Amino acid sequence: MFGRQGLDPGEALDGVRRPATTDSSAPRPAFRWLLPRGIPDGYSPGDVTISYALLGLLEGASRHGYDLKQSYDRRFGAAKPIRFGQVYRTLAQLERDGRIEAVGVEAGAGPDRRRYSVTAEGVTDLDAWLAEPEEPQPQLQSVLFTKVVLALMSGRPAGEYLDAQRAKHLAAMKSLTASRRAATSNKDALLFDYQLFHIEADLRWLDHTESRLASLAEEVRDVPGSGRS
Amino acid sequence: MSPVLVGHKLHKAYGRTPALRGATIAVAEREIVAVMGPSGSGKSTLLHCLAGVLTPDAGEVHFAGRRIDRLPDRRRVELRRTAFGLVYQFGQLVPELPAVENIALPLLLAGRSRRTALVEARTWLSRLGLDGLGDRMPGELSGGQGQRVALARALVARPRVVFADEPTGSLDSYAADQVMELFVDAAREQGTTVVMVTHEPRVAGFADRTVLLRDGVESMRVDVAAPLATGGDSLQVSAAEADPSAETISWGRPSRRRDGTS
Repeated sequence: MFGRQGLDPGEALDGVRRPATTDSSAPRPAFRWLLPRGIPDGYSPGDVTISYALLGLLEGASRHGYDLKQSYDRRFGAAKPIRFGQVYRTLAQLERDGRIEAVGVEAGAGPDRRRYSVTAEGVTDLDAWLAEPEEPQPQLQSVLFTKVVLALMSGRPAGEYLDAQRAKHLAAMKSLTASRRAATSNKDALLFDYQLFHIEADLRWLDHTESRLASLAEEVRDVPGSGRS
Repeated sequence: MSPVLVGHKLHKAYGRTPALRGATIAVAEREIVAVMGPSGSGKSTLLHCLAGVLTPDAGEVHFAGRRIDRLPDRRRVELRRTAFGLVYQFGQLVPELPAVENIALPLLLAGRSRRTALVEARTWLSRLGLDGLGDRMPGELSGGQGQRVALARALVARPRVVFADEPTGSLDSYAADQVMELFVDAAREQGTTVVMVTHEPRVAGFADRTVLLRDGVESMRVDVAAPLATGGDSLQVSAAEADPSAETISWGRPSRRRDGTS
């Protein structure tokens, strides 16, 4: 499967750049992050998420880059609109990976002459990404939000994805609780507490989202220019 | 291993409002199970049916191999007194009795002498970090101290199962952690099975297993293979395949209805 590795080799899987060295006296992190060391500079919700969002938007109909930017901003860009450059860069990468293909090139200059459509591999890969729960990590909300909206747009089982994610987070809570109880100093325990509170916040958001799935689904369908029709 | 406590296809309605719609749960001896779910999902109702406080409209509850949901009231009261312990969100201590006598109550009800009951109760005071507070009245205790007294009272008669309904619901997170650590340690030490209802993932983190209720049925469970001292990624999430009466339990939600009808 492509995906986590394929899109932006410079970026770690979840977009987090981790510190090169770790303090050996600290407890081993139960997960791949220990936020008290600071959110790394340049953290972004992830180019990975953006490429899947574009794949999802292409699923219903072929589109130009310009349309895609507009659709993306309407659905996912509330916090931060996507740049045109990033749209075209991502489309080029998706095309190289065989996840999308150009279905028409119009006469004229400029990158927006190409019209793209998703390939079968692209759909398979999108399915896999949507169904795979994320590792608990900071600032996961935009990834999860993207998954929920894409799932609702395309009639996929958003509730099941939320369940799978909830299971992953609950398992993380248990593991971290055990780690915290085994911690030998307050300092170590507090580091685990920090992660626990973040995961708990995500879980509350998952519950909250689930209770609003029906109205969210309506809202998503009402957005003009939505994917599948 | 056969479970010590089983609720099988339990139904319970309050008037025309259904609370449980076929919930099934099996709890192994010495297991610590958290029951979570949104408000109105039936989690407290499930707890009270299992504890014999409520009688289910349909379905069965078995404890230690015996069916208990159709026992006459007198026998069920007896069972709750001898085999079960109960903890509620707000302690529900007897306000007129000092802490140590609250803890001693189950022993006195079981016919132990006042002197031995109080001696036993005092050992629980120190086990739960309440040294020197035995003579305080419930009104003179903090929320966390009161909950620890309630836990001691639930555990003192060495019940097979302790049922806890939002045991930390009235506490801040630090007091809640302290209460949960003492609770879980004491339960493990004396081999008590625990079923606790909570809406706090932080509390569920102390359990061996989490059961999620939705619309009155169990929709999934989460297990961690073993307590992990050093963390790591050895998490395991599984469907309820080990459950002997698991046909209504499934990964995902095939039996779930989003429109809330049954």
